[in-house]
Amino acid sequence: MRSLHWFTQVLEVAAALAAAPLFHGWVNQCRAWLQNRSAPPLLQTYRGIRKLFYKDAVIAERASPLFRIAPYVVFATMLTAAAIIPSMGTRLPFSSSADAIALVGLFATARVFLALAAMDIGTAFGTLGARREMMVGFLAEPALLMVVFVASLISMTTSLPAISERLATQALTLSPSLAFTAVAFTMVLLAENGRIPIDNPATHLELTMIHEAMMLEYSARHLALMELAAALKLFNYACIGFALFIPWGTAMGGGGPGALLAAVPILGAKLAVAGAALAVIETVSAKLRVFRAPEFLATAFLFAVLGLLVH
Amino acid sequence: MTLAKWFDAAAPVAGAPGVTGLAVDDDGWRGAAEDFAAAGGRLVALWAQGAESGHRAVFAALAASARVLVVELPLAAGESSAAHRYPGLQDLFPFANRMQRAAGDLYGVHSTDPDTRPWLRHAPGGASYEFVKVQGEGVHEIAVGPVHAGIIEPGHFRFSVVGEKVLRLEERLGYAHKGVERRFSQIGILDGHRLAARESGDSAVAYSWAYVQALEGQVEVEIPRRAAWLRALALELERLANHLGDLGALGNDAGFAFGLAQFSRLKEQLLRATEQCFGQRYLLDAVIPGGVRADVPAHAGAALERCVTGIAAEARELRDIFDEHAGLRDRFVGAGTVSCALAARLGLIGLAGRASGQAFDWRVDAPCRPYDELRPRKCGAAGGDVAARVAVRFDEAQESCRLALGILADLPPGAVQTRVPAPPADAFAIGVIEGWRGPVMIALSAGPGGSIRRCHPHDPSWQNWPALEHAIIDNIVPDFPLINKSFNLAYSGHDL
Repeated sequence: MRSLHWFTQVLEVAAALAAAPLFHGWVNQCRAWLQNRSAPPLLQTYRGIRKLFYKDAVIAERASPLFRIAPYVVFATMLTAAAIIPSMGTRLPFSSSADAIALVGLFATARVFLALAAMDIGTAFGTLGARREMMVGFLAEPALLMVVFVASLISMTTSLPAISERLATQALTLSPSLAFTAVAFTMVLLAENGRIPIDNPATHLELTMIHEAMMLEYSARHLALMELAAALKLFNYACIGFALFIPWGTAMGGGGPGALLAAVPILGAKLAVAGAALAVIETVSAKLRVFRAPEFLATAFLFAVLGLLVH
Repeated sequence: MTLAKWFDAAAPVAGAPGVTGLAVDDDGWRGAAEDFAAAGGRLVALWAQGAESGHRAVFAALAASARVLVVELPLAAGESSAAHRYPGLQDLFPFANRMQRAAGDLYGVHSTDPDTRPWLRHAPGGASYEFVKVQGEGVHEIAVGPVHAGIIEPGHFRFSVVGEKVLRLEERLGYAHKGVERRFSQIGILDGHRLAARESGDSAVAYSWAYVQALEGQVEVEIPRRAAWLRALALELERLANHLGDLGALGNDAGFAFGLAQFSRLKEQLLRATEQCFGQRYLLDAVIPGGVRADVPAHAGAALERCVTGIAAEARELRDIFDEHAGLRDRFVGAGTVSCALAARLGLIGLAGRASGQAFDWRVDAPCRPYDELRPRKCGAAGGDVAARVAVRFDEAQESCRLALGILADLPPGAVQTRVPAPPADAFAIGVIEGWRGPVMIALSAGPGGSIRRCHPHDPSWQNWPALEHAIIDNIVPDFPLINKSFNLAYSGHDL
């Protein structure tokens, strides 16, 4: 059984790495369809990343080592996060080393490195993006923590796989607490992943960017890692959502290799639906004014607190 | 009325209707400008010519209601620029500043106004450009351009901001300066319309029509009625295509990509129908001296009629979506407001002017043929914000559809061309056509043997660029692209 757990662990990380760009490509495809455009191929994100790995990196003259290591740190953080989120199986040997609160901390670490690297080269846009990212971040993190607390209160643990297992095995009841929390979590997901209505990942207008403004000075392998990390982050958030709100179908403690095998297509189906839903949200909304972001995230926090209160 | 004395003294000028001309001295130059400013008139354009065009002079086209007075102030030949500075008009018409500086760059004639920084010619002798510095705690600058993250024309914007709030914006243009005025004097006067059309590609019909209007005025040629109607058709199609493109881009800049996809589709349909009618997607060569290049084939006309009918219906539906979308309304309403009073003070013109209560439209106020028969409706709004400029675009797109359908339905029969001889030397004329952005003016003087002595194309962006600097004040930095797009001013047309 122990070896199966380790196999699950390795499989989850490898699957996250492989499926994250696919999920990203799927969201883009859905967006294009909803806008009556012909869609880019599903594999376009892989191609973009592959192309970047073949290019020579150009680095700003005054860049410090921080600028160079940031892509590796951000990427590693996202990969570590993928290792403790139960996407297909809940018996993850790695997850005993970090709970859900540490997970929020991991995302914060990535954000800090991203913002520091953006300010490191001293361009107006990098600082602009870093400033806005920190504003969004410090409002989104409490809301995300609240979401985690609600789930922890229900399951009396902060370990994400344990929460997921507890929620999946309890009797199926309509829980207003979880419903409120799910709304809050969706709003945090949009804000944290730089999606409309908070940020526009497709924009070319440098003055309106948040996440993209911090990427402007990166090229080649550094940019590839950053883009891969962004795709991983979206994938991770989706999987956290599944673990908390639709935990059914993952391989639980007692399940053998058969349960793990069954979990793969179920995860695929969940991702397909979630990606389409994300595309719908993005298509029907316009981008908010930057100063509306605090209102948006305050609403998310409010929903999470409501979830806590009705528990 | 104090303006009567100026118009009484002036002689008619060929070309656009209602234009008169008068040579004045320094006192007359200031006096005319002061009287026009006092009577609520506008400065349409200010330009100069050097000794190579005969004599050094500076010109100003002043407009009041539907009449235009072109005042010419001859400057003594051979005198150095420092010895004779003509009286500046910046205190009366604020945007005259940049035209005066451009005239100084290109022809060495300088005004008495204090701002003598170069404008179109960058850093002669390697001098750096002095931006106005904003002092205070927490103020910092953001420099954007001339190279942007998207594929757009070059322009530099220097923001002084506190946090996200813009305290001041200073533009720097001239990166697309290509010496088009000098190029005009090297080509034949009967070929000049082709260069004029390429001055600003999105206003090709307006520029080339303004040019041939001036040229045909010089030789007193009346073009066939059908040709005039086809020119109007081309101009309205150009207006419609630009409005469709801009409306989509405005949606996209607010993060509403659905709008871009839909309007891009409509614009593409229109461009394809335009290609069938005129042989070009963008009408760079449709207007020629004496008429239009080719007649519209009957089947293409019918296809265009169907296309425009469809676009009018779909644009109406899309307008409902834009008007009822809470997110878009939140971004559009109140962003980049230019109040009516400020617009009047700054002399805002064209589409942006009409969205700020400046109801001038040359097609209506001083119609040239065939607009006197077509009777377009003047569109306008008083809000002065992005929402108002979007509304005026929607209105004008519908109006252009209506005009285009009317033209296609009642297109008069007959020839589409007539011969135009080369004008005599020293002939002078003004052409003014209301393009989609605003009135495009061409001042054309003929040289001997079918040459061009001097041709000055004037883009409405000269007036409206400075207004953008005011529109952004107190807005936040990330709203600038949206506000900028709602004006969508020309770089190439402005940079000459």
